[in-house]
Amino acid sequence: MNNTISLIFFIIGVAFDLFGCIGLIRLPDVYNRLQSATKSVTLGTCSILFGLFIKFGFSAIGMKALIAIPLLFFVSTVAAHALVRGSYIFGTKLWDETIIDDYKDVQK
Amino acid sequence: MIINLLLYVLIGLSFCCFFRVVFGPSIADRMVAIDIFGILVVGICGLLIVRTGRLFLIDIAIAWIILSFIGTITLAKYLTGKKLDE
Repeated sequence: MNNTISLIFFIIGVAFDLFGCIGLIRLPDVYNRLQSATKSVTLGTCSILFGLFIKFGFSAIGMKALIAIPLLFFVSTVAAHALVRGSYIFGTKLWDETIIDDYKDVQK
Repeated sequence: MIINLLLYVLIGLSFCCFFRVVFGPSIADRMVAIDIFGILVVGICGLLIVRTGRLFLIDIAIAWIILSFIGTITLAKYLTGKKLDE
């Protein structure tokens, strides 16, 4: 029973990773790519780790997987935010069809 | 056997990240791809535990999370034009 539930979580996680990497290749802009890729790949990997926790239960490895989930969540979000701010300050251009750019007013 | 298939899919996605590293138009694209690759490796480690039964791989996964974070923060700081201890 535990194996089946954990396998379902693995499949969900790999599917989210797949969608994130498709977005990483297909989308037109740095900011769009980071928006797509970071969020869904983080969610997919957290789902894989949660499946690992369900499979192994409250043993040492299961607790390590459970601890790694919030660590990955916060760390990946902070890194993505720092990266997008750095690339904006560096001067990476937005996509041609971008409608609104709010961060430009904040900078001045 | 489904675990094998999922591992193949994840390794293929890592090669997608390498595609973006090689052909990325700007320098920020390459950094985004490296960040995503670091998160994918954690998932690969998690599936390898189930496939091979070697339990030390979860430690490698946690260490990889922290090292990927430090690397991405360093590259972002390099992009803003500051020095690293500023």
